Amino acid sequence: MSTNTSYLIRGAKPLGNQETDILIHEGTIAALGADAATHPAAAHATVIEAAGQIALPGMVDLHTHLREPGREDAETVETGTRAAALGGFTAVHAMANSNPVADTAGVVEQVWSLGRRSGWVDVRPVGAVTVGLAGTQMSEIGAMADSRAQVRVFSDDGICVFDPLLMRRALEYVKAFDGVVAQHAQEPRLTEGAQMNEGEVSAVLGLAGWPAVAEESIIARDVLLAEHVGSRLHICHVSTAGSVEIIRWAKSRGVNVTAEVTPHHLLLTDELVQSYDPVYKVNPPLRRAADVAALRAGLADGTIDIIGTDHAPHPSEAKECEWAAAAMGMTGLETALSVVQHTMVETGMITWADFARITSTAPAAIGRVADQGRELAVGEPANITLVDAEARWIVDPFAMATKGRNSPFKGLELPGKVTAVFFHGHPTVLGGKLATPRVSEAF
Amino acid sequence: MKHLLSTLDLSRADAIRILDIAEEMAAVGTREVKKLPALRGRTVVNLFFEDSTRTRISFEAAAKRLSADVINFSAKGSSVSKGESLKDTAQTLQAIGADAVVIRHGASGAPARLAATDWIDAPVVNAGDGTHEHPTQALLDAFTLRTHWSALHGHTSLGSDLSGMRVAIVGDILHSRVARSNLWLLRTLGAEVTMVAPPTLLPHGSHAWPCTISYDLDATLASGTDAVMMLRVQGERMHDSYFPNTREYSRLWGFDDARLAALDARDTGETIIMHPGPMNRGLEISSAAADSPRSTVLAQVANGVAVRMAVLYLLLSGDQQRPAPSDATRPAGL
Repeated sequence: MSTNTSYLIRGAKPLGNQETDILIHEGTIAALGADAATHPAAAHATVIEAAGQIALPGMVDLHTHLREPGREDAETVETGTRAAALGGFTAVHAMANSNPVADTAGVVEQVWSLGRRSGWVDVRPVGAVTVGLAGTQMSEIGAMADSRAQVRVFSDDGICVFDPLLMRRALEYVKAFDGVVAQHAQEPRLTEGAQMNEGEVSAVLGLAGWPAVAEESIIARDVLLAEHVGSRLHICHVSTAGSVEIIRWAKSRGVNVTAEVTPHHLLLTDELVQSYDPVYKVNPPLRRAADVAALRAGLADGTIDIIGTDHAPHPSEAKECEWAAAAMGMTGLETALSVVQHTMVETGMITWADFARITSTAPAAIGRVADQGRELAVGEPANITLVDAEARWIVDPFAMATKGRNSPFKGLELPGKVTAVFFHGHPTVLGGKLATPRVSEAF
Repeated sequence: MKHLLSTLDLSRADAIRILDIAEEMAAVGTREVKKLPALRGRTVVNLFFEDSTRTRISFEAAAKRLSADVINFSAKGSSVSKGESLKDTAQTLQAIGADAVVIRHGASGAPARLAATDWIDAPVVNAGDGTHEHPTQALLDAFTLRTHWSALHGHTSLGSDLSGMRVAIVGDILHSRVARSNLWLLRTLGAEVTMVAPPTLLPHGSHAWPCTISYDLDATLASGTDAVMMLRVQGERMHDSYFPNTREYSRLWGFDDARLAALDARDTGETIIMHPGPMNRGLEISSAAADSPRSTVLAQVANGVAVRMAVLYLLLSGDQQRPAPSDATRPAGL
């Protein structure tokens, strides 16, 4: 590693605990507490004054759309990973629905290589479960797993792996590579033409409904399949109270299932669709207040394991139109920390230690990212995010690093500001602004 | 009132004002010279993304009777398939100098988007959007109902509402913008509403609506109604499993000759039969019912012109001093 510089972080609170000093040297955490200042490397270290700030393990997103290759007008690996770094992340998983689809070793290695070249975060490509996301033929999962990209997460995200036999085979097959299938749970027939959550609001607005049962029935099927074949299953962007119940039941039976929730599903409800503003159009759709409450409770009690942003940037013309014609998706990388702090930490439902688990430790474990999501301990890779939890800011999509201006949090005041991010000991963010990318010797 | 997008946010006072002005406008329609100079020099654009000759010519007649210039902009097909976006179309109309835009669009909420964005400043009239609303249809239906109700009770219609009136709306509620607009307006005006439909053609979530829901047309008719509004049903719905076939639909939810006979045995014409048109004779309504003295189908068409005159008049020359209803506030739901 080319990081020869040392950094002394003074007065930060690891996971919100007692203030301490952290010495970073040659990419790792070299010393903590009183030892930090007396360590030989401290003499030449750059001092970062962080009194009172929260020190967290660098955040890991299991669900990011970087759009490259194919939709560079919406996002590139460079712009998406800049956004990730500013949001406090040190790793993102790039979803497979690019163009061409990430269903071969060639495409995942291209995305991996672009990530290394950019140097803002680890980019871990997700491989498609089926060729072209078409849902009929399994893609070359083994080749992607054995490639330089070391793919461990496989998903047709955006489209449900609907064929039950194909889903069973995929769950079985990925076991050979310690992989996991991340399912986008959406029964296709029940959601034909669906525009928003089906319920009292859709009845008034005259928009075709996306019923909760379309998500829940697929999750119920898949946890039973995962139990039957003894495989790992991950459920993307859980959005309904019923889904939380089914996953809780599955875990109580010992099914090896993990689940994620997006920040927007923890805060926003389908009432916002009354404006017909497509910035609120997303898949799965915004649900009822009762669902939001159930998702928060499920995240707090461990039924839901992680936060996944489902960062989905779109060019402005995809949203500046009538609702039915608009693209689905919201940006999320630069607001995730603040929304989770607002909905979960400041409500007292979780601690900062829990925050580290759901945004770093657990997603790194699901994605098998060995050098991320680690303890803040001596000898560990220095992937560290510093947060000024007292700060308040107003969301301005035009001030973001992502190309997407489609943030549903526009104009909201949110807590928590990322002040610094260390990516393998290299500061990608300093003073709340992008610093420099980390240079890799191989890409 | 800056725009007319929905009847849900239409106040009772505004609704009655529109109906009262429409009565004056209706009187114009009976004169030899059917024209008022009120909107001389103003340009009304009929922006129709869906074919609807009936609604378009009704708005066209209304605007012309007020001496406005009318531009018919037919943009059939969705904005996506046509290649030009709704935004570009709206900005084009703004540049042309449209003073009001009457929009028909296949996508629910398209008129609300025009009104909420800065693409165009002109008042927007929703002439039917997707399966959302069709507010001028509801207003002309209310006008028709009020005329009948006040005559039945021997009082003047001006300034009155529909208190105590029982209205049944029958048919494909799920896909009907007419049903939604009528529900909100009829409730605002004091009427009681019963929605009658097969359960497959009622929206999930309609249990929360301020109306009675029934699957049984005969029971609803037997319990007494003052008006029965039959909705158009597309025969193709049977291919999506909403009902087995058109014969069964017609037998259970159509206003057929037997139901007309049962009604004739019960009263002497006090209950009226309405239909927004175009009718599927023999499917949701029999010819005998459509042509009976109870039918208000043609009165509804005539009233449509008067109501649309009133709406255009209020939006274009009515008092604009009142502040617009909180355009800047963020919608609820956070």
